[in-house]
Amino acid sequence: MRYFLVLFGITVLAVMGIAGRRLDDGGGTTRKPPIYVFPDMDRQLKLRPQEPNAFFPNGVSSQLPPPGTIARSEPLRVGDEAFYRYQDVPVFTGFVSGTTNFVEHNPIPVTAQVMQRGQERYAIHCAPCHGAVGDGNGITRKIGAMPVVGNLHEKRIVSMADGELFYVITHGRNLMGAYGPNIPPEDRWAIIWYVRALQRSRLGTLDDVPQELRASLNP
Amino acid sequence: MSAIFPKWTNRLPMMIIVGVLLVGTAVTAGVWYYFTPKYTRVGYQPIQPVPFSHATHAGQLGLDCRYCHTGVEKSWFSNIPAASTCMNCHNQVLKDDPRLTLVRESAASGKPIPWVQVHKVPDFVYFNHSVHVNRGISCVECHGPVDQMEEVYHAKPLSMAFCLECHRHPETKVRPLDKITDLNWRPESEAAQLEFGRRAREEWRVEALQNCSACHR
Repeated sequence: MRYFLVLFGITVLAVMGIAGRRLDDGGGTTRKPPIYVFPDMDRQLKLRPQEPNAFFPNGVSSQLPPPGTIARSEPLRVGDEAFYRYQDVPVFTGFVSGTTNFVEHNPIPVTAQVMQRGQERYAIHCAPCHGAVGDGNGITRKIGAMPVVGNLHEKRIVSMADGELFYVITHGRNLMGAYGPNIPPEDRWAIIWYVRALQRSRLGTLDDVPQELRASLNP
Repeated sequence: MSAIFPKWTNRLPMMIIVGVLLVGTAVTAGVWYYFTPKYTRVGYQPIQPVPFSHATHAGQLGLDCRYCHTGVEKSWFSNIPAASTCMNCHNQVLKDDPRLTLVRESAASGKPIPWVQVHKVPDFVYFNHSVHVNRGISCVECHGPVDQMEEVYHAKPLSMAFCLECHRHPETKVRPLDKITDLNWRPESEAAQLEFGRRAREEWRVEALQNCSACHR
C-alpha cells in the first residue's frame, strides 16, 4: 500500500507538473497550439475561408473572381427599381449611364435611416483620417502619420458632384486608398449624404432654420 | 497447518477500495480540469508573421473593428482584411519599416500573409458572426479585450458550455447596437442591463436557440 501511495502521489504530481494549469483567469499566454483531446471531426476536409489550400495553384481557399467578371449577386433595390452589379448605372459607378460624367445628385433617396447609416459608416471608415466633423483632423493627423488629409469643408470638395465623391471613395485619390472593396455601394452613397450634411452644417444660414425654431437659437 | 493466505490479505479488499477511489477521483479531476477548452485552448497566443498590434490600432488609435473586419456584419465569417486595407494608411505610415515587409509584398503581389488563426471552433460548429453582432452581442463577449492585446490571444474558452451559458440568458449580454464594437462599454447597472436585455430580446426577436441543429448542422 505504501508503494502504491507513493507511486500515486508521484504520478499525480508528474501530470500536474507537466500539464500545468489553466490560463483562463489571466494566467498568462502560451505559444503552444491548442490541444485536441478528441479530434474526431474537429477539422474536416471542407474548405474554410481564407485558409491555405493546396488544391488551387495559388494555394488559397478563398479564390478571387476571374478577372473581368462581376458577381451577379443580389440586386441593389432603390425605390421600385433593382440594379445588378454588372449594369452601368450611377448607383454603382457614380457616372451618368453610358458616359464618364459624374452624376450630380446622389441616386439613393435620403431618409433618416440612410443618414444614420452614413454617420455610422463615416465614423468607421472616414473619421480616422478626415475627423469626426470632416475637417481633416482625424487621429492620423494627431499622431502626425499623414502629411496631407483632405478637409471635407474645402470649397474644392464641397463643389464636387456627388458622383465624384463616390468615385473618390471607390477608387481613392492622391494619398487616399480605394475604399470600394471595403464599403458596399449603398453605404458609400449613405456616407456621401452624411458628408453633405456635415458640409451643410458649416454653410447653413439662418434661412435654413424653420421659422418656429429660430427663437430657440442663441444670437 | 499454516494458512493458505498470509495475514495481510485480510486488508486487501480495503486496499483495493481505497486504491480505486483514489485513482477514480484523480482521473475524474484530471479530466474535469484538463479536457476542456479552458485548458486546451485558452491562452493560445501564436507568433504572427507580422507583429500587428490590436492595442495600437483598435485601442490607442481607436479604429473601429469594422474598419478592417468589414464582413463581420454580413457574413458568418469575420474576415482578415486584405493587405490593401493596411496600405490605406501604411503607404504613408512606417512606409519603409521592415516589420511591414510582408504587408507591402502582399499588397503588391496578392500573395496572402500567412496569419495564424487564433479562434477556431470545431468544423461541426456553425457559428455565425453576423447574426450575433446584428443582435447586440459585442466582439468582446467571445474574443475578450482585443483592443488591449499587443498580440491576440485566446481569451475565452469558446466551449459548448460557454455558448450555452449565454444562449440561456442572452438578456445579460445583449447591448445597444451602436456599442457592439465599443469593447469598453459597460451597462449602467445590472438592473439596467436586464431591463434593456429583456426589451431588446423581445424587439429584436433574439431567439438564442438551444436546440442541437442551431449550431450543429
